[in-house]
Amino acid sequence: MSYHNPFTPPRKSATFDDHTLAEIRRAAATGIYDIRGAGTKRKVPHFDDLLFLGASISRYPLEGYREKCDTTVVLGSRFAKKPITLKTPITIAGMSFGALSGNAKEALGRGATLAGTSTTTGDGGMTDEERGHSQTLVYQYLPSRYGMNPKDLRRADAIEVVVGQGAKPGGGGMLLGQKISDRVAHMRNLPKGIDQRSACRHPDWTGPDDLEIKLMELREITDWEKPIYVKVGGARPYYDTALAVKAGADVVVLDGMQGGTAATQDVFIENVGMPTLACIRPAVQALQDLGMHRKVQLIISGGIRSGADVAKALALGADAVAIGTAALVALGDNDPRWEEEYQKLGTTAGAYDDWHEGKDPAGITTQDPELAARLDPVAAGRRLANYLKVMTLEAQTIARACGKNHLHNLEPEDLCALTMEAAAMAQIPLAGTNWYPGKGGY
Amino acid sequence: MPVFDLSVTSLREFNSMLHSLAAGANDTAFEVVNPRGHHAVAVGIDAPVTVDIKGSVGYYCAGMNDGGNVTVHGSAGPGVAENMMSGTVVIEGDASQYAGATGQGGLLVIKGNAASRCGISMKGIDIVVHGNIGHMSAFMGQSGHLVVLGDAGDALGDSLYEAKLFVRGSVKSLGSDCIEKEMRQEHLEKLAELLDKAGVSGVRPEEFKRYGSARKLYNFNIDNADAY
Repeated sequence: MSYHNPFTPPRKSATFDDHTLAEIRRAAATGIYDIRGAGTKRKVPHFDDLLFLGASISRYPLEGYREKCDTTVVLGSRFAKKPITLKTPITIAGMSFGALSGNAKEALGRGATLAGTSTTTGDGGMTDEERGHSQTLVYQYLPSRYGMNPKDLRRADAIEVVVGQGAKPGGGGMLLGQKISDRVAHMRNLPKGIDQRSACRHPDWTGPDDLEIKLMELREITDWEKPIYVKVGGARPYYDTALAVKAGADVVVLDGMQGGTAATQDVFIENVGMPTLACIRPAVQALQDLGMHRKVQLIISGGIRSGADVAKALALGADAVAIGTAALVALGDNDPRWEEEYQKLGTTAGAYDDWHEGKDPAGITTQDPELAARLDPVAAGRRLANYLKVMTLEAQTIARACGKNHLHNLEPEDLCALTMEAAAMAQIPLAGTNWYPGKGGY
Repeated sequence: MPVFDLSVTSLREFNSMLHSLAAGANDTAFEVVNPRGHHAVAVGIDAPVTVDIKGSVGYYCAGMNDGGNVTVHGSAGPGVAENMMSGTVVIEGDASQYAGATGQGGLLVIKGNAASRCGISMKGIDIVVHGNIGHMSAFMGQSGHLVVLGDAGDALGDSLYEAKLFVRGSVKSLGSDCIEKEMRQEHLEKLAELLDKAGVSGVRPEEFKRYGSARKLYNFNIDNADAY
């Protein structure tokens, strides 16, 4: 009997996996870091790692569709003369005209308005179309101050001072030359076609003491009418929340690392910032320690996809959430109907993230008039409204099952955690136990 | 002329009065006394009014001014005339950091010195400083003119876009992508116009040097990485 050497299949390195090797080759060939849109693609502990307990003998549920479960939220009740009231706690996050087409911005405004919620401008100023189609519009006040002017400040319903965002805490905006069209260049007062790198830091204030004076100036300019939000990336949520409150914010917006961006370095997106799940409890703790929970509202964003995510964020203590990536998907982003064209761009539906190149087959992250015309703002707005309403209904379904007649009545006690990591980050007991890592000093 | 005493009248009352002026109002000139370093004095003006502030002010005086003529008979704290749209702001004394930050139009005149980051991210404003300016001035300046009769500190015009800088004295150092450029006739004429508007006499445009963007950082190139 002859002996054959058994075949050992080739083994690839877990450290140097195919993606890593391809990235090394790409960097070596092109001499530029990878720039892309969207948020982190790595798997991090998330809302999926939490479950609701539902009602039992000690908690009785509310009848679905029959017993009321309120979803309204009031934002800006601390200082603003004119706080805003939304029908649903799901808002649309800031995304710029420039990063998005005019039609996409219009669709966001239409969809948000139909669903009774707010939408938000972005780095690049406010367009008339956006203002016209948005019943409640939040105007971002960013380090670049592109398009910033007092007239738009006054015609906004709220002001969001952006200190950072979850995809890139510590980083500024980026809009590459392909998307700096004539109109975008004009609004931002920049030469057409340049690679625009927004400042990462505000030009006229540094630190919480200055921020307090800056917020006071904005309130004086707008006669104390508008709610002022302060948006931070998920970095040091306890201290950032406390400092935003100290500076006089009406609302704190906290964006975890799953939050998207129009464009930045992949190395930044994947390696800076904390998962959304880990940000919420420290922020709520800061508000509670200051006696400001529910007085200063907390908006959570970064990876919110469903009514379950909304309910979990609210149960952990948030007052509202914001969606960006999910809203774009509802409009039509990464839709398989454009698969053939995604393939031509070297990608596939669901993975397309080269938003900075302006070649979006769905016509959303582009300034190309022909591509942009593919998105019907009325139909896309309707899809977004449907999606927002479904998410609201889903959150209500869960809240009723937990016996809550307002989404804000959801609480940490309604949750359990599936993993040790999620238990530790959300300070929610591991399912079947009354313990989470760190509790009781262990 | 109505006089507002900020030791008696609240800042909020004064600013909201400025915002509520109807077109054609009789009183369009105001005097502010006892500003006592208040922040956000005369911010958000949106009418062609005149405001004379008798004393020194804190942060963001005349912020987002759109059409007003504001004179500070004293010195100004950080961010004076930030994001100005139009109008004129004159500081008789010195100005702290970020003077004229992100300004989109109008004229800011500082008769003393200005601290660091003067004209940071300027977007169309014209700034004339009779004295010296601090470091990092005109950082990321997009458009407009910065005229300095004295000296400029370190890293002038770092990451500059299309703002035009004119300095009569020395420049301690230039920032990334900022270079000295040829002074052409059109620049001399613009400079003469700005000096005249700013009430400068006895100074000739030919005494200045012009600085602007080398435009090497406008589109990313790995071989320029050292400049970032």
